[in-house]
Amino acid sequence: MKKCSKVIHSRIVSPCNGSGKCRVSRVKFMARVVFKHAFHLNLKGNLWDCVAAMKAAVLIQRWYRRYIARLEMRRRYTWNIFQSIEYAGEQDQLQLSSFFSFMLDNFTQLNGNGPDLISQLLDPLVDPWLDRETCYNQIHVPESYTGPRLSFPLSVSDTSALLSAFKEQQTLHARYALQLLYETKKLLKQMPNIIHLSTSYIKDITICGDLHGRLDDLLLIFYKNGLPSADTPYVFNGDFVDRGKKSMEVVILLFAYLLLYPDSMHLNRGNHEDHIMNLRYGFTKEVMQKYKTHGHEMLKLFQDIFSLLPVATVIDGKILIVHGGISDQTDLDFLSSIERHKVKSALRFPRHSVGQLDIGQSCRQAKRTRSTDASRPSSSRSQSKNQGTPSLRNRRCGLSRKDSAASNSSSSSSSSSSSLCSPRTPSCLSPRPCPSSPGMPYTINVLQVPFLDSLSSVPAPSPAQHEREWKQIVDILWSDPKTQEGCSPNTFRGGGCYFGPDVTQRLLLRHGLQLLIRSHECKQEGYELCHGGQVITIFSASNYYEEGSNRGAYVKLGRELVPRFYQYQVSRSTRKLTLTQRVRAAEGSALRALKEKLFAHRCELMAGFLQCDQNNTGSVSVSEWAQVLESVLRLDLPWRTLRPHLTRLAPDGSVDYPSCFEDMGPGNPLPQVAPNLAETLFRYRTDIEIIFNIIDKDHSGLISAEEFRHTWRLFSAHLGVDINDRAIDDLARSIDFNKDGSIDFTEFLEAFRVVHKLDSKDQHLSGKMDGEKC
Amino acid sequence: MCTRRSERLSTRSTTRPTAPWTSGELVRRQAAQEIGTIIYSLGCFPSQKDLHDFIAKVEEDHTGYIHLDKFLPAMTKVLQEHKFPPISEDLLLQAFEALDKEKKDYLDPEELTKYMTQEGEPFTQEEMEEMLTALADHRNQIHYKDVVSQMTIKPDK
Repeated sequence: MKKCSKVIHSRIVSPCNGSGKCRVSRVKFMARVVFKHAFHLNLKGNLWDCVAAMKAAVLIQRWYRRYIARLEMRRRYTWNIFQSIEYAGEQDQLQLSSFFSFMLDNFTQLNGNGPDLISQLLDPLVDPWLDRETCYNQIHVPESYTGPRLSFPLSVSDTSALLSAFKEQQTLHARYALQLLYETKKLLKQMPNIIHLSTSYIKDITICGDLHGRLDDLLLIFYKNGLPSADTPYVFNGDFVDRGKKSMEVVILLFAYLLLYPDSMHLNRGNHEDHIMNLRYGFTKEVMQKYKTHGHEMLKLFQDIFSLLPVATVIDGKILIVHGGISDQTDLDFLSSIERHKVKSALRFPRHSVGQLDIGQSCRQAKRTRSTDASRPSSSRSQSKNQGTPSLRNRRCGLSRKDSAASNSSSSSSSSSSSLCSPRTPSCLSPRPCPSSPGMPYTINVLQVPFLDSLSSVPAPSPAQHEREWKQIVDILWSDPKTQEGCSPNTFRGGGCYFGPDVTQRLLLRHGLQLLIRSHECKQEGYELCHGGQVITIFSASNYYEEGSNRGAYVKLGRELVPRFYQYQVSRSTRKLTLTQRVRAAEGSALRALKEKLFAHRCELMAGFLQCDQNNTGSVSVSEWAQVLESVLRLDLPWRTLRPHLTRLAPDGSVDYPSCFEDMGPGNPLPQVAPNLAETLFRYRTDIEIIFNIIDKDHSGLISAEEFRHTWRLFSAHLGVDINDRAIDDLARSIDFNKDGSIDFTEFLEAFRVVHKLDSKDQHLSGKMDGEKC
Repeated sequence: MCTRRSERLSTRSTTRPTAPWTSGELVRRQAAQEIGTIIYSLGCFPSQKDLHDFIAKVEEDHTGYIHLDKFLPAMTKVLQEHKFPPISEDLLLQAFEALDKEKKDYLDPEELTKYMTQEGEPFTQEEMEEMLTALADHRNQIHYKDVVSQMTIKPDK
């Protein structure tokens, strides 16, 4: 086909390719364009210019849309990275929860030096239903304190004072905080498990999702939507604490409004309203840092308060609001009837009676079993976390105590007898004799509990009734919706279920409901609908993963019960960041986190690579590279797309895999520490920190070398890492810098911090334009 | 609400209407967006019309869903034929110059907005806002020569 004449084509459009199509369509296009503009053509103006402008516009739009699409791609994989790492972290947490439980139960008695944080936390002698002694009245508030001085019952001036104070970064004095918590607990005790609301007397109800300690988001919601009042009712759907730095301020405000407007302010419990989760995800630490003297007492109160929070809210009998979701077993009538405060934590079975308890007895037993254990050398086992080995099972078995469940004495004679490896329900409840282990003079009733892919033995806990209650609550707080039908255990999180549209449908029908509103999952736009519109996820912490990662949202319901969504995003800078800058910042952060993951599994990864690269050439194909990463890290990410950010290519197009680890290096390497050990320490840094905080009773920042040695031995045995005693001793000695038998664990942790060698390059946010990898 | 010295909370709020969740129209629009993102990421520069034509070819009978086994061969063909070639820096500059009637070497936001939202395949308000934030400098002018040289896609490594 001959090329058409240049008259048709302006100088802007690409030259004709001779296909013949262009002529006809372009003539049509131009005719339309000219016609459209004929009536407002400046007759003095140039018709040609007009047409040229049209074409120019199309071109620019094409170009710009493409640019934005590339950004969108980057934003998506950044999101994937954050989410995968978050969930993988939660898995870690749950894997270790049994270890934490064990630590909590046993380690506190190691020194026997009087009450400490943990034994106070787990004080089984005091029924949380009873009032704890709170002597807030006797706490002296100095004249120099300029923060809010609350007076109870609270009034609007108190809440205003709190708002102003928190905006000015002030901290509420412990005396008032304690009284606030005490009053909140009293109020919550009177509330039912499920709150029923009606829209008949009010205009709109506002429902907010996870806040996770983000005070700015809460203030923004109050600003946009109004402060809570009789005319502005709110439901906050759980997860007020953890992760963010202002959890204390967030809960104080929420509780203050709860006390002020108990009929208009409603709080649901979330899975982070749980003292064990708080240990790992930051709330415990925040409280202890902000309230050094009274933090202990506050944490005790929080533990009670959290377990006393209602678990669900129902509006007009039609809309169900819970934090996580539902399962095929969820029964709202049953849920209304149980004693919710008995389920303290998803990671522990409920304590059902507190009568006869002999702490001294369990303490002695603990010491005996522990000394038995200590003499047993750590056996080597596979690296894979998924395998429970026989010796591990024996050990766990050996550490449990005789369960006198026959009598009504509390199973909390040892809480480890009632602890689970994960919130998952044990599949088998029939008692079995424990495999015999040295040092155990009696048989124990045990459960075979699913722990990831294998079974672990845990002594038989409370009777079936309590198990059912516990499961109902855990399902409500931990479940996630999925697109496929059916209901399956939520292996991602290790607790609750994945529930499909059929499960939703059935539950809604059964109880005459029309909508389920839940939170628990971070969503790009702050909210998301699924299950054909029957489930709404609402998430109120904007920039959750990183500045610019997502919006927050809240939903409003009027009398007609049609949801309306409102989105927002908190911005730190005075100038609005462009999409490019936001994506770039978030991407940088995600890639750093991912590189740390790679570094933390370096040994395993190198082993995997070398398997594909028998001749040790230093390179493997892209497919092999992706495969190794996928199998070792178990993160479902688009590895090929990420490849340019993570590693270099060799000249022949294959992957130069050692370059994966080039960017990272240890902070202050301890020469005596083998790379294997260093890597493990790096990987579990957060958890080790928590454990040290548990051991360090007087918050001095020091633990004894003996404690360190012992902890590490247990920890590594639990992880299945092969570390011999000698290596641990060497490590302890090398860390004990001043040779006085005590270890500054902050310094220790610093040593295992990983440094990003290209830090300065990563952080620079230059200008608005992103010239590089668009 | 009081503002701190160095921090200001800026917001973007939009009210979303209650969407007809099961509407086929909504699903189809989403499919178009997603496919567009994919095609753009593969190095192509289709116009909206090009995209719609492409989707019409691979879509499963107006359901809004696109199967990979239809998409892959169609996309491969597009790539092999260089059907939606990239726009060169030159061309882009000429385009901007065509809009710059007064030949002042920059565009005012109003000018650009007029063209982008009224001509060709018009931008939505959101797209326009984002473009202005990205391209306008502190003098609130769009110096397109700088923009073009900094934002042109370099070949993938």
